[in-house]
Amino acid sequence: MSKNHQSVGITIENVGLSFGDTQVLKGVNLKIAPGEFFAFLGPSGSGKSTLLRAIAGFGPTPTGRILIGDRDVTSMQPWQRNVGMVFQNYALWPHMTVQENVAFGLEERKVPSAVIAKRVHQALELVGLAHLAQRRPSELSGGQQQRIALARTVVVEPKVLLLDEPLSNLDANLRVQMRRDILKLQRELGLTTIFVTHDQEEANTTSDRMAVLNNGVIQQVGPPMQLYDAPANRFVANFIGSANILDGKIAVADDGQSSTFISEQGLQLTLGAQPAGKASLIFRPQNTRLEQQQHSANNLILPGRIVYREFLGSLIRYGVDVCGHILSVDELHSIGAIHRAVGDSVSLSVEQEQAVVVNQ
Amino acid sequence: MPSNTSTRKGLFRLDFSSVQWGPGIVATLIGVFLLIVLVMPVAKVMYVAFQNPDTGALTINNFIDFFNAALFRESFANSFYVASMSVIFATIIAMPLAYFTTRFNFAGSTLIQTLGMIPLIMPPFVGAVAMQLFFGGNGSVNLLLDDYFGFTVPFMEGLNGVILVQSVHFFPFILINLSASLNNIDRSMEEAALNLGSSGMRLFRRIVFPLAMPGYIAGASLVFLKVFDDLGTPLLLNVNNMLAPQAYLRITSVGISDPIGYVISVILVLFSLFSMWVSFLAMKGKDYATAQKGGGGLLRRDLKPWEKFGCYAVITIILLFVLAPHTALGLLSISTVWSYSPLPDGYTLDHYSEVFATANQYITNTLLYAGLAGLIDIILGTAIAYIVWRTKIWGRKALDLVAMGALAIPGVVIGIGYLRMFYDINLPFSDVPMATWWGIMVIALAVRRLPYALRACVAALQQVSLSLEEAAESLGASKWSTIKRVVVPLMTGGILAGFVTSFATAAVELSATIMLVAKEGDAPLAYGIYVFMQSAAGRGPGAALGIIAVVIVGLGTYASHVIIERTKKANGLK
Repeated sequence: MSKNHQSVGITIENVGLSFGDTQVLKGVNLKIAPGEFFAFLGPSGSGKSTLLRAIAGFGPTPTGRILIGDRDVTSMQPWQRNVGMVFQNYALWPHMTVQENVAFGLEERKVPSAVIAKRVHQALELVGLAHLAQRRPSELSGGQQQRIALARTVVVEPKVLLLDEPLSNLDANLRVQMRRDILKLQRELGLTTIFVTHDQEEANTTSDRMAVLNNGVIQQVGPPMQLYDAPANRFVANFIGSANILDGKIAVADDGQSSTFISEQGLQLTLGAQPAGKASLIFRPQNTRLEQQQHSANNLILPGRIVYREFLGSLIRYGVDVCGHILSVDELHSIGAIHRAVGDSVSLSVEQEQAVVVNQ
Repeated sequence: MPSNTSTRKGLFRLDFSSVQWGPGIVATLIGVFLLIVLVMPVAKVMYVAFQNPDTGALTINNFIDFFNAALFRESFANSFYVASMSVIFATIIAMPLAYFTTRFNFAGSTLIQTLGMIPLIMPPFVGAVAMQLFFGGNGSVNLLLDDYFGFTVPFMEGLNGVILVQSVHFFPFILINLSASLNNIDRSMEEAALNLGSSGMRLFRRIVFPLAMPGYIAGASLVFLKVFDDLGTPLLLNVNNMLAPQAYLRITSVGISDPIGYVISVILVLFSLFSMWVSFLAMKGKDYATAQKGGGGLLRRDLKPWEKFGCYAVITIILLFVLAPHTALGLLSISTVWSYSPLPDGYTLDHYSEVFATANQYITNTLLYAGLAGLIDIILGTAIAYIVWRTKIWGRKALDLVAMGALAIPGVVIGIGYLRMFYDINLPFSDVPMATWWGIMVIALAVRRLPYALRACVAALQQVSLSLEEAAESLGASKWSTIKRVVVPLMTGGILAGFVTSFATAAVELSATIMLVAKEGDAPLAYGIYVFMQSAAGRGPGAALGIIAVVIVGLGTYASHVIIERTKKANGLK
């Protein structure tokens, strides 16, 4: 199980796919670099799993092209692609032992049996479960099954590794451990990897870059922090982290140097230079502060009244009614901190540079 | 393998591994086979029913003749009456067993449910003769009644006998379906009703009963269909004024050109289709079991001592009654003389030695025919299941429909159709008509039992998660390799169970084979029992043969149960 000598990239060109009349993927374009750990993030029904399965060769043949390295695999059979896939439910064959499961792909490749034995052992060592080789899958815990599924996939040294929500069946603690292990394994093998998840924390913590999908369309591609800080639209802003989103429009002042954001509820805020038109103003709860009095000219100030208070452990989250918009404000919690009460009048303060304007 | 496919790609090599061809060819072959052995014989029967026997012109006169004859009108009415009454009596037997065992905490629920299935392992016509001995005019029960109370009950007189034997034999269909329905009712359905203030009979009437209804209807329509079509039981009880016996008698005595046999066949098929349609309507959109999560069955409650006593009393009476055919048959097979007395005069094992000495042929024929039929069925069943559920081949639904359609075709109709179609065709390289060849019985059995095997194979295939196949494919296994190494091994239990079901039910089938037996040497067990039972002297050996049939079917059923449980465990499903 040596490091792949040459990792390959994946190119997705204008890929579309329909189940009957339902269009599940609509003209997807994507370039994944060799050796990259890439995440597909999106809600269920967004098309992320369908896209992953299309790369593996499952489901209807899509329109457009899928290239692995420079090989066009679009209409190839799954078994001709040399793509490793780890399934959500692991898909370990219950009638075979762990050893037989892991050996399967090598046998299909007509590898000599002495070599198979050696490589199976190495793969099981890699996931730390060599001692379970003779067990049946039903005798393993969820985490162990997950590792065996990984070993079974990487043992054939696939060109790319596809992970379909691999952690969703594990409990919370194990999930954190496994995602670190998977990342470590990926770095060791240098395998180009795509990880499908609906869990933003998983995507944020593991991936070099990620694509956010919704309704079969890629909304934005980039490193996790970039997507968080500069969401391309209100969907991305809302899906990654919590966000306060004010919908409205921007009117540009006569001098062109400043503009005014007018929310749908009539709230008016003065901003710097912005193009006119329909827009959303987005800022994060943890970048919003509660102030007793108005101050600081550079900040956006929004007067309102507290309507709820939630204790989230590390944070206290306030819901504040500002002109009919309920906005969230997070404050760090510490022992003995003085909290505000529901009904208190407050002003919200957001630094201008923490607020992002996206066009609708 | 995938990484070096390019080096192995030959210019003129048909790439079967990519499976564009394989399933298509297999599907076509199966389609042609079913066309010849199922669709065409049945179509032929339908066609002849509308043909003038002399001129060959199309006509409905045959049907007019049929309904003008008093005997046939009576047969029609009798068949309908017997089937309906059997449903009612079967319900009376099955309802308490199903309800008590699913509703109350009851020691021995499993045992009762198991005993309740036992009638199915005996062909009904075998039980028919034995039942005469217990319940007939001079049977044990009536002799005792007459001695002590001075009256008798005509349990076995004419149609009563058929109704009794059929109800006792077929009630398990209702028991199985009703118990399954009751067990599948989500406990929260009942709890929700209790929570909203409903209880007792109202709860039963408004919640439990409607939820269990589809299962009951499915079972009841199956009973109706089976009884309406059955040939063996009325024949052995010498009740000839019913449809199936009339069809058989017309064809065997008047000849295969007599149109009445065909008219009756059409009526039998129509009624079969009708009861299947009723069952379909009942289940349609009401598959409550899968719409609900959790299941868990009804709330079980403890019985008060006197209630418990009452339940056990009812169940004991029912079970004694239900097991009567087996008891009587067993006694008959070891009795020297048994007539005009509640119990046999003496006991002997002679009948068994006689059977093994003279009637060995019946047993070996049956093992051969049923074995071959079972084998054909699981091969076809596995292939059809895969084609229907795992490929997108054009016409796959039709293939499934035709294969399952055999359920709606009564054995008599298959028998008549085969006689008509294969009598004029000789076996290759001989002048023996195909219809008289023993192999044709194997094919008839295989076609008739195909739906059972197919269902078992489909169930087995559906247990194989698609991702298990995809995992193999993504690791480089072609479709064939995936089928061979993943799909079929995981289906083994289901396939074996399908084989055993086909084998066990084919071993005791009478209605199609009775028409296709050309010479005694080729005859199977069921036919042998029929022949023996025709004479008073043959009843002992006939009963011995019947017990052997029961043992074969019983062992088969038990084996299939064990196999299913074992595979479930091995595959971690349980």
